[in-house]
Amino acid sequence: MTTAWVPCDAAAVALGADAVADAIAAAGVTVRRNGSRGMLWLEPLVEVETERGRVGYGNITEAEVGPLLDGALDDTERCIGVVDEHQWLSRQHRVSFARVGVIEPTDLAAYRDHGGLVGLQRALSLAPEEVVAEVTASGLRGRGGAGFPAGIKWETVRTAPADVKFVCCNADEGDSGTFADRMLIEGDPFTLLEGMAIAALAVGATEGYVYLRSEYPHAIRTLRRAIDIAYAHGVLGESVLGSGRRFDLDVRVGAGAYICGEETSMLESLEGKRGEVRAKPPIPALEGLFGRPTVVNNVLTLGAVPMVLADGGEAYAALGTGRSRGTQVFQLAGNVARGGIVEADFGVSLGDLVEDFGGGTASGRPVKAVQVGGPLGAYLPPAQFGLPMDYEAFADAGAMVGHGGVVVWDDTMDASVMARFAMEFCAKESCGKCTPCRIGSTRGVEVIDRIRAASDDGVRRTQLVLLDDLCTTMAKGSLCAMGGLTPMPVRSALEHFPEDFGVPVDAADGARP
Amino acid sequence: MRQRGPAQAPAPAPADPERAASVRAIAEQLSTLRGPLLPVLHEVVATHGYVTDDDVLVVAEVLNLSRADVHGVVTFYHDLRRTPPVAHRVALCRGEACQARGAEGLYAEAADRWSATAAVEVGEVFCLGLCAVGPSGTVDGVLHAALSPDRLAALTDGWSR
Repeated sequence: MTTAWVPCDAAAVALGADAVADAIAAAGVTVRRNGSRGMLWLEPLVEVETERGRVGYGNITEAEVGPLLDGALDDTERCIGVVDEHQWLSRQHRVSFARVGVIEPTDLAAYRDHGGLVGLQRALSLAPEEVVAEVTASGLRGRGGAGFPAGIKWETVRTAPADVKFVCCNADEGDSGTFADRMLIEGDPFTLLEGMAIAALAVGATEGYVYLRSEYPHAIRTLRRAIDIAYAHGVLGESVLGSGRRFDLDVRVGAGAYICGEETSMLESLEGKRGEVRAKPPIPALEGLFGRPTVVNNVLTLGAVPMVLADGGEAYAALGTGRSRGTQVFQLAGNVARGGIVEADFGVSLGDLVEDFGGGTASGRPVKAVQVGGPLGAYLPPAQFGLPMDYEAFADAGAMVGHGGVVVWDDTMDASVMARFAMEFCAKESCGKCTPCRIGSTRGVEVIDRIRAASDDGVRRTQLVLLDDLCTTMAKGSLCAMGGLTPMPVRSALEHFPEDFGVPVDAADGARP
Repeated sequence: MRQRGPAQAPAPAPADPERAASVRAIAEQLSTLRGPLLPVLHEVVATHGYVTDDDVLVVAEVLNLSRADVHGVVTFYHDLRRTPPVAHRVALCRGEACQARGAEGLYAEAADRWSATAAVEVGEVFCLGLCAVGPSGTVDGVLHAALSPDRLAALTDGWSR
């Protein structure tokens, strides 16, 4: 036994991985720190190098390091065998997450050995418009939630005349139930840097910023270290990979405002202002950061770009379904037995994710609902588990794929409480610029409180009409997705779980206007 | 440039000249960044624990912003605290994914436990990105997942109630 791998991912660390790593090192074994494999229910997941491959041991505590190293856990269920062959991983299609959990996050040599920088090198051999054409051909759409085609956005920035252009990565992953941005940055930050450098070459940008939330201190440290290393090795800086083309990159840390995940609010924040949403148009692609043409993409969008360039846009477009091309990094969260990262081609069903990968609830009780796409996403009952994970199919069902987060709830959940929480959260985190969001969310809390407290059907009916009217005002009148989508969890909760609002199930259709 | 009409009265001398000098040095050092205000304010909080009204004056002057601009930014962001930090701080996630794993009960109990203790601050946070292993939170800035009332009690053992 020579080398053991212990994840340095924040989720593993929050479950005691640092103490485990120290104990293993103290026993004289070489410890290397990888990102997380994404099997979060097994963290800290220690992997020991053997002739067969890296053998994993789940949920290791500091006290169990001795027995682990003595082989006492080998024949127990704590040993999951060779990790690469684990069914949970082998059934996935890891593209963006191919290296996460496998290599040390800031080991640039290992990054190259595992296919890194091939995409950037190819991009340097192409004309900017050819790079954009590859991205357009790949069908890659924004992974932040809106699903806007990346190639079209890039082409707009590329053809906009300006003295300076920017590439901004939105890493303000504030949606509860989403953590893929964090895990990519903590587990394989060079992928993001490479994607941003490719974007910069494609559109003619010379400066980039990663807007990373302050709630992710481990990610901030890892990304800053990766940027330093990339500069030292000429991946970033005045001559990207010796091409003579400049790209500078900096990390900017958020300050605890959820709304800054909205792209125009993020730009305001990057400029050093209150994170208040801008009206569009003008679109950021034409007038973005400091009024200059700016690519704003999510971490996973930019993280998919190196593969698109390395293997060609057509190869990426061959994956997925309908107009949702490629893979999506789904995140199983909440009350789920096997939570973590499931990267799969678009088109996998919601039920496959929750039941096959997730294994149902952690509590062992029946699944009552899942919320897909973050706090602004819809609550869906198991009856909808046949839905394919696809932007259009979800939109047709009054839901959204969003950033790919799936939060599972057991049958103790009260949908009216969650509807109220959606409004409460919006009231707390609204930037305050537009009235439907700022005032509507507060009124929404009050109306839902009255519905929950209603003693007779007449009162409830009146308040339900008010709530529906309010939701329409917010959905149609808000400046951005925060106010515009807060009605989605509210309405879906009411639609699928009317009994939680005191509406008799069989009368539900009649109760709602 | 932003001044209109009669000249403003000069700002009163800061209550703590040493702190003012330190804040000025921070602002001057970072002033060459694009959009320097947030990095400056982050650094002020990291160095001094919180942002005072005097700090706002100094930062505004160095960065050639109005006092209102800086005040507006300080009051917008949750992280830019305006009161001195207390001895201990627990921040618990109240996001949906942690709620699905019992975060609300944990939060209520923690808030209740230390409600009368000035030296302990219980705050809420919306998502630490540990959504599959919640409830999560930070105890004096250190991340913890799979929290329970018992586990939180163990982590804060020795704190005054």
